[in-house]
Amino acid sequence: MDGITTIGDMTLFTWRMLKWLFTRPPCRGTVLVNFYQVGALSLPVVALTGTFIGMVLAVQSYAQFHAIGLDSRLGAVINSTLVKELGPVLAATMLAGRVGGAMAAVLGTMRVTEQIDALTAMGADPIHYLVVPRFLACILLIPSLTIMADFMGIVGGYFYSVIILGIDHAAYLNHSRDGVTGFDLFSGIFKSVFFGSTIAIVSCYRGFNCEAGAEGVGKAATTAFVYSFVLILAVDLFLTIVMNSIYYTIYPNGTSFL
Amino acid sequence: MSESSEPVDDEELFDRETEISPESSADQSSSVEHPLIMARDISVVFDDQSVLLNINMEITRGQTVAIIGESGCGKTVFMKTLVGLVNPTCGEIYFDGEGLHHMGYGELTRVRRRFGFVFQNAALFDSMSVFENVAFPLRQSEVVSETVVEERVLQHLAEVGLPSNVASKRPAELSGGMRKRVGLARALILKPEVVVYDEPTTGLDPIMSDVINELILDTRRRYPVTSVVVTHDMHTARKVADRVLMFYPRSRLDDAESQVLFDGPPSDLEHAEDRRVRQFVRGEAGERLNELSQGLSV
Repeated sequence: MDGITTIGDMTLFTWRMLKWLFTRPPCRGTVLVNFYQVGALSLPVVALTGTFIGMVLAVQSYAQFHAIGLDSRLGAVINSTLVKELGPVLAATMLAGRVGGAMAAVLGTMRVTEQIDALTAMGADPIHYLVVPRFLACILLIPSLTIMADFMGIVGGYFYSVIILGIDHAAYLNHSRDGVTGFDLFSGIFKSVFFGSTIAIVSCYRGFNCEAGAEGVGKAATTAFVYSFVLILAVDLFLTIVMNSIYYTIYPNGTSFL
Repeated sequence: MSESSEPVDDEELFDRETEISPESSADQSSSVEHPLIMARDISVVFDDQSVLLNINMEITRGQTVAIIGESGCGKTVFMKTLVGLVNPTCGEIYFDGEGLHHMGYGELTRVRRRFGFVFQNAALFDSMSVFENVAFPLRQSEVVSETVVEERVLQHLAEVGLPSNVASKRPAELSGGMRKRVGLARALILKPEVVVYDEPTTGLDPIMSDVINELILDTRRRYPVTSVVVTHDMHTARKVADRVLMFYPRSRLDDAESQVLFDGPPSDLEHAEDRRVRQFVRGEAGERLNELSQGLSV
C-alpha cells in the first residue's frame, strides 16, 4: 500500500515539476549553480572511471579473443559495449552517487531546517525554485558526461590493448570503427537522458519527503542512490529492448564483430 | 501558475511603511470592523494523531497575540495552518475576509506575501549570504532594481541592529541571536501586514531574548503590523502580547474539552480559573511528577 502511495505521490511531484518547467523557466542564477555542480564537478570522476572500465574490458576479454586468434577484434567489442551500455550506465551511476545523494541530503536538510517552508512562506514555489533547476541540469548534462565516459573508456581500452598488450594499431582501429554505428552512439545518449531524469526526480523526491533529524537526512541520501540505481537498470532494460527493436527494424542484418 | 510572479507595486510596498505610535496602533485595533485572521473549527490530524481539534480564533488588525503551551500542543502546526503551510484536515481559515480554502495557487501566494514569517531556527538559506537571504523575498516579487534591493536590505539589517558588514557573511558564521535578527529582517522586507514569530527567543541567552522582545515591540511601533507570537517563554508573552492564548496537548484532553485553555490579556494569566494554565505560567510540573513516578509519562 505504501509503495502505491509513493508511486502516486512521486507522479504528482513529477507532474508539478513538469508544469513549472514549461510554464515558468527558472532563473539563470539557480540553473548555473546546478549546472556547475552536476556537470563540471562530475566530469573528472566520470572520465577517470570511464578510463578504468575501458581498460578492465580489455583485460577481461583479451584471453578469450587471443585464444581464437581474434585479438584485433577486441576494439569492436570494447567500444560497442561502452557506447551502447557501459558508458551511459556508468555515467548515470556516478551521477546518482555523486549528485543524487547530495541533492537528497541538501533538500532533506532544507526540509528538516524549515528552509523549504520558508520558501513557501515567502511566496516562492519550492518545486520551481529547487527541483526544476536540478532536473534541467541532470537531463541536459548527462549526455555530455556519457560522451566523456564513452570517449575515455575507448581511450583506456585502446591504451591497454595496443600499448600494453601489443595488438596491431591499424587493425584495432579499423575493427573498432566497424563495430560501432551512429545508432549505437545515439541509443546510449538517448538512454542517458532518461537516466538523468530518473536521478533528479528520485533524489529530489526523497529530499522533499525526508524524515526528521540527521538519521532522516542520511536515510534520504542513501535511498535516493539505491532507488535511482535500481530504476536506472530497470529503465535501461526497457529502453534497450525498445532500441533493439527499432535497430533491427532499420537494419535487419545488424552488425557483426566477425 | 504565473500569478506567483505577478509584480507588487513597489510604491505600494513603501506606502505600507508608516511610522506609527503604539497609541495609534491601539486605536487602529479598536476601530476594526472584521477580524484580520479567523480560524473556524480547525482540526489537524497527522496519520492517526490528532494535533488540533475544533480550534476557533479571531485576530483583529493591529493585535499582538501570543500562543503559549507546552511542547507538542500544536502551536507551531496552528501557526503554519494560518499561512497555508499546513492544510487543515477540516475547518477554514479566513484572511481579511477571504477563505484560504477557496484560493488557487496564485491567490495563496499573494496572501502569503502579506505575511512575514520568523522561523524557530531562522530557516536562513545556507547556500546564500545574509544579503541574499534578506533580499530573497524582494527579488522573488520581481519589482525592484538591484540598487533599491541593496538600499532596502541594508536598511532592514540596520533596523534589527546588524552592521552592514554582516551582509556578506554566511548564516553558518552567525550566532543564534544574529540569525534570528536576520530572519526578522527578511520577514519584514516586504512590509507584511502580519508577522508570525515561531519561538523567537528559544535557545537564546536572557539578554539576547530581551533584545528580540524589544525588536518585536519596535517592529510594532514602526509598522502597522498584526503579530502572532508562538512561544513558551512567559517573559516574552507578557512583554509583547496584548492577548494570550494557551493551547493544551490534544492527547491529554477529553473529547468534549476545548484545546484552548485560556484566551485573555497577559495580566489575567496568573489568576486564570484553569489550574493547568496557572501551573504552566509558574513553570510547575504539577501532576506530571505523579505521572513520572508512576511511569506513565508521555
